[in-house]
Amino acid sequence: MLLASTYNEFIKITAKPRSYLGLGAITILVGVILFALKVDGLSMISFVTTSFEQTLTFQGNLLNGNLVAFIILQMLIIHIPLLVALVTGDLVSGEAASGAIRILLTKPISRTQVLLSKFIAGGVYTLCMIIWLGLMSVLIGRVLFGQGDLMVLNSDGLVILKENDISWRYLGGFAVAYLALLTVSTLSICLSCFTENSIGPIVTTMAIIILFTIIGTLDVRFFDQIRPYLFTTHMAAWRSYFEVPLPTAQITKSIFILLGHQVVLISIAIIKFNTKDITS
Amino acid sequence: MEDKIIQVKHLAKKFGTFDAVKDVSFTVYKGDVFGFLGPNGAGKSTTIRCMLSLIKPDAGHIQLFGKTLDTHRSQILARTGCIIEKPDFYKYLSAFTNLSLSSRISGGSTSRKEIMEILDFVGLAGREKHLVGGFSHGMKQRLGIAQALLHNPDLIVLDEPTTGLDPQGIIEIRNLILRLRDQQQKTILLSSHLLSEIEIIANRMVIINKGESVVEGEVSTLLNSEEMVVSIEVDKPLEAQILISTHFSHVLPSVKIAQDTLTMNIKKAEIASLNQLLTSQGISVFAIQSKRKLEDYFINMINEHALS
Repeated sequence: MLLASTYNEFIKITAKPRSYLGLGAITILVGVILFALKVDGLSMISFVTTSFEQTLTFQGNLLNGNLVAFIILQMLIIHIPLLVALVTGDLVSGEAASGAIRILLTKPISRTQVLLSKFIAGGVYTLCMIIWLGLMSVLIGRVLFGQGDLMVLNSDGLVILKENDISWRYLGGFAVAYLALLTVSTLSICLSCFTENSIGPIVTTMAIIILFTIIGTLDVRFFDQIRPYLFTTHMAAWRSYFEVPLPTAQITKSIFILLGHQVVLISIAIIKFNTKDITS
Repeated sequence: MEDKIIQVKHLAKKFGTFDAVKDVSFTVYKGDVFGFLGPNGAGKSTTIRCMLSLIKPDAGHIQLFGKTLDTHRSQILARTGCIIEKPDFYKYLSAFTNLSLSSRISGGSTSRKEIMEILDFVGLAGREKHLVGGFSHGMKQRLGIAQALLHNPDLIVLDEPTTGLDPQGIIEIRNLILRLRDQQQKTILLSSHLLSEIEIIANRMVIINKGESVVEGEVSTLLNSEEMVVSIEVDKPLEAQILISTHFSHVLPSVKIAQDTLTMNIKKAEIASLNQLLTSQGISVFAIQSKRKLEDYFINMINEHALS
């Protein structure tokens, strides 16, 4: 029954016009960034290279597909949660608002299975988003800008990664970015169980992300205690894959914290959904 | 036990401080078309939602097919089809896809052919590819009934299925329910705030008001009870009252006079004798109007509700 319900959720998601907004938005945003980099990319990266030119000599294709993909990922990973929440935040509350949930919950399928099928469908949708982002940034970036070594500026300085040492880092980076977006998806579905309008969970999800991000950036001692446990702190964990040496312990910690958030949010959602009176 | 399809005992549900249902009890037997009657806000929908596990009751006991929802929810719902108020579907999907989604999680597999047959049965043949968003209210109601019939349930619960329909739509839905009763011998619980609707379709009924069940029984018995409320317009009301007090003394306590009209509770069989008595004593009878006590009672109940 879980499979049947999940299949139903896929049909609903694919039939909803808003499901394509995210994919369309990624396409446009990536397109705009690619265009901008193609037109004036070299002067943009000169801000970074100029400061090192006294000590280092840069040779070869600096503005290559790998760097372009890195820039795109860095710029868009902040905005993708909104596109994810736009669809996943509506999965429960949208049906409550329209009244369709009445028919759904009078069928011989448990509420837990109904909700789990929505989490699975939301997870697959999020995966599609991240795969699309990957295809658009890495593949099209490499086609348009060619291959080359990746130059990454982080807190420890400039890291140069060899061309043949990059693909696996992108795979790992996208996998962790997926986990972060999956946490956003889980959060919005969880919030969706508490309300009967579709806008509420989407706005609340974004409000939580903004709040946690502010807490994460404010240099206040009080927040130091909670900062490591906020999922937003680990939304940038994908960048760790582009460090040398690879901070395995840090990545593992981020993965566990993100998974922990998902387990807690799914549990809260199941409890709420199972005890909820359907009055709409 | 299987003879009793639905048993509701002392059901209660509060929303905050509001008692949506205070004490509702009734029994629906196999093959019944059971009328669930009450004015708007009486607690009908809340009771039905409790029966279908959409709302958790605070107190009371519900059994469907002799089993409780707490322990046999899936088995019960696999044998039950329903429409709760207006049926809301996924507007961006076609009628056929909506029914496919429902059938997939209804416990059994329904073939494409069977779905088309059901659409034909409810009068939506040829509309299967149309988006539900473009359907009229009546078409959605019919699709709702199709959805309720998909898995060939033993019990069909219809909550106000004719609300918002035009007269033609009401007749269509009513005929559909009668076909379900006559052709498929389904047990049907039909909720309505219209006594006339229940009278035409149901064989048994319960009336609820302000969250409490008031009366339950056979529709024919309740609506054709011996005692009726009769109004008689005469030329000499005081003389008529004296005659009534002499020959129909048991009626006297209920007699009320307003201008030339006497109103009283009297048995149906006595109306002809009373008319004969009055005319034989030279009292002209201009009009005799009778109303069933239940009808009067139900109308009063609705008026009370409207005033409150």
